[in-house]
Amino acid sequence: MDEHISTYQPKSAFERWLDARLPIVRFSADLMEFPTPRNLNYWWTFGGILAFCLAVQIVTGIVLAMHYDPSGAGAFLSVQRTIMRDVNYGWLVRSIHANGASMFFLAVYIHIARGMYYGSYKAPREVLWLLGCVIYVLMMATAFMGYVLPWGQMSFWGAKVITSLLGAFPVVGDPITKLLWGGFAVDSPTLTRFFSLHYLLPFVIAAVVALHIWALHVPGNNNPTGVNVKSKADTVPFHPYYTVKDLFGVSVFVIVFAIFIFYLPDALQKTDNNIEANPLVTPAHIVPEWYLLPFYAILRAIPDKLTGVLALAAALGSLFALPWIDTSKVRSKRYRPMARNLWLIWVAAVFILGWCGSQEPDGHVFPGGAGPVFLDYGINTVTWLSRIAALYYFAWFWVITPILGFREKTLPVPDSLATPVLSHPATVPAGAAAAPQTKG
Amino acid sequence: MRLLSLAAAVGAAVLAAAPAFAASTQAPLKDVRWSFESPLGFYDQEQLQRGYKVYKEVCSACHAMSMVAFRNLGDKGAPFFDPKYPNPNDNPVVKTLARDVQYPDIDSDTGEAIHRPGTTADYFPSPFPNPVAARAANGGALPPDMSLLAAAREGGPRYIYSVVTGDGTTPPAGLTVPTGKYYDPWMPGDLTGNWKGDPKNVPVGGFIAMPPPLTANRVTFDDGTPATIEQQAKDVAAFLTWAADPKMDERKELGIEVMIFLVVFSGLLYASYRSIWRKVGH
Amino acid sequence: MVDSVAHPVADHEGPTDEGRRDFLYLATAAVGGAGVVAIAWPLIDQLNPSADTLALASIEYDLSKVALGQEVTIAWRKQPVFIRHRTQAEIDAAVRDDHAPMKDPATDASRVKPGHAQWLIVSASCTHLGCVPTFKGGDYGGWLCPCHGSVYDTSARIRKGPAPKNLYLVPYEFLSPTKVKIG
Repeated sequence: MDEHISTYQPKSAFERWLDARLPIVRFSADLMEFPTPRNLNYWWTFGGILAFCLAVQIVTGIVLAMHYDPSGAGAFLSVQRTIMRDVNYGWLVRSIHANGASMFFLAVYIHIARGMYYGSYKAPREVLWLLGCVIYVLMMATAFMGYVLPWGQMSFWGAKVITSLLGAFPVVGDPITKLLWGGFAVDSPTLTRFFSLHYLLPFVIAAVVALHIWALHVPGNNNPTGVNVKSKADTVPFHPYYTVKDLFGVSVFVIVFAIFIFYLPDALQKTDNNIEANPLVTPAHIVPEWYLLPFYAILRAIPDKLTGVLALAAALGSLFALPWIDTSKVRSKRYRPMARNLWLIWVAAVFILGWCGSQEPDGHVFPGGAGPVFLDYGINTVTWLSRIAALYYFAWFWVITPILGFREKTLPVPDSLATPVLSHPATVPAGAAAAPQTKG
Repeated sequence: MRLLSLAAAVGAAVLAAAPAFAASTQAPLKDVRWSFESPLGFYDQEQLQRGYKVYKEVCSACHAMSMVAFRNLGDKGAPFFDPKYPNPNDNPVVKTLARDVQYPDIDSDTGEAIHRPGTTADYFPSPFPNPVAARAANGGALPPDMSLLAAAREGGPRYIYSVVTGDGTTPPAGLTVPTGKYYDPWMPGDLTGNWKGDPKNVPVGGFIAMPPPLTANRVTFDDGTPATIEQQAKDVAAFLTWAADPKMDERKELGIEVMIFLVVFSGLLYASYRSIWRKVGH
Repeated sequence: MVDSVAHPVADHEGPTDEGRRDFLYLATAAVGGAGVVAIAWPLIDQLNPSADTLALASIEYDLSKVALGQEVTIAWRKQPVFIRHRTQAEIDAAVRDDHAPMKDPATDASRVKPGHAQWLIVSASCTHLGCVPTFKGGDYGGWLCPCHGSVYDTSARIRKGPAPKNLYLVPYEFLSPTKVKIG
């Protein structure tokens, strides 16, 4: 599967027997020995954190499914009465699962940011990046369906608004929407099928994660310098160096997680979701979960329904195209100051879009009136701010990034990833070979 | 770097801005404190008992609480928890409270509809058989079920306290109050259509179909606490918070143990990490 | 072959340093293990009967509804239970056979509460395969199971047929002469 030679030696007769039939111990031992760049910083612990999050969601989800009733009539009661009040520790398992979804997205956004900043998406890791994008989209689908399951007001109305988007497509829109709904509106059949798919998708995600890790191990990890590994001296074995570091990362992450579970369990929930779904009463503000807000803002920024849906798809699709849009020969933005700053503005634009998504479209940005109306909304409204931020969002992908690769001035890239490291007094210089400078 | 600072400044300014919403208004919620609000704060059992009495004698005439069973009153952290009876179904106070209520049932010999005294397993009785009957008895308005009310309103107990004590506030001149409704500045609403005064100064709040529910000394508290309107409102808001979140005490207690464990474990892991990496520069 | 990868070099350390390191790793693993066990408990305990199920674990029954010589079959924990108001003749017949040869020997006194011998409260599931026996069938004045012919006497002890055990006793106590709490 890769160029590294397995050093595993079976230690007993049983191990030799097993190794000849299913080399699973060899496989694990090789993973543990995997040569990993010695200069990885804490941003690299988020891969392990994400695997932890997936495991937590699956385990708590299976437990919840033992008590949940996926029917329109019984869902709300099964969550609010049975699970939250009667099942032993039901309140704890539910709090872990609901807040775990948010923590999962927090970790994935940091993980994606790391990839974007350090150029981990660039050759030869394009497939690794694409698989990651697929995981992200699957996560969004899973989370969206999961949020519908408690069958509160936000669950129902969020489902109604988002599934209605499909109606934007001409000709096929309405039949597809009815197919998805299983009826003429979001109702019990919709809920039941969402439950089935919500149970299924995490296992699909797990399979894609396995491919993602495989795709990582072919070229090996990127590192903060973006410079390729030149020799074994640049690396340390994954175990115990990064197993323990990843565990420490997980542990600190769980501290933040625990603060939400035990002290702020409803901070990320809308109060309206504690009211049972009512198709006849629309909540005052329909807002998706925080991790979907930037895309919601992009969707709403465009007045035409179909174009809005296409813009939403394009916003996600742009991520997929990144390896080919970025023309720079330098991998890590540590050595690309202009690219770094323009990317940081892109991050700010995403935050701004997120805030916009949480507000009403005619909400005011700065105190005061809505300002002079330009086209359909006043200048000082959330809608226009969304449009400006969305414009930058797309411009960063399709205009700025490709041009930058040709025009920017980069800082000198170190010869080897160990160079910034070897000046550290504690290091035993272990024969770091000075390879001829190659461009990342 | 200057671009970065500029981006940060814009972002901060945007995030700090408070947009004005076109429609619904509500007076800022009243500033009241409860024992359970801080991360290490727990329910006050006596306050919960007083609050239960207010619910039972005042609110339950119109408001159901169908997710709470009598046995829940004897759980840990609940108004009538007694350490001598870890199983709430054995708690004599709880059993008596349940027995005082009659429930419709079917006679096991004749099959006729009868009434039987409640047991600890029964849920709090609903004052109306169905939502249609509830609306008919309340001028078309549906008194919400109180099982989750404190969790279903922004501000929780503060919202309940404000709305209950603000119910029936004298409306400013120029505000037409429809018959059967009452002005309440803390009830979210849009009064533009009922306001004849300066259009730039529409009164905040809305109308509520419930008449002011509390009067001084309407309930007599067993522990002698003076039953002012504010006290009754405070206690019933606490009880409703308990009803919506009966596991809060248990959750916070477990939270302390978990946080201590996590800090210790993280410390050990960090020490192990530094030890393993000691000779390697990175 | 792994050559110059930097592992922690041991020759700069004394034995105490290494001992301290090992203790640190051991302590970390032990604390981690304790954490894993602690998180496992809620995940297992949630399978146990929930509070609403436990609330129905005991029921109270008013015995004044059962006339002398009559029995009722009630549901307790979703299982059928006989409550039989025995006549003196039934009690005497049961006591007379206390030491007769039977598959599952038991005295009648051990199957009722002292002073309340007229009340027999037992599980109504035949101990063979679970059918509910009918009264006044079979040779011993007690129950006959229609499924495979097991015969119980007036103390619900198995006397004939394939069932291996007497009808199971259920836990109950008298709250008053006319009221029992079962479970």
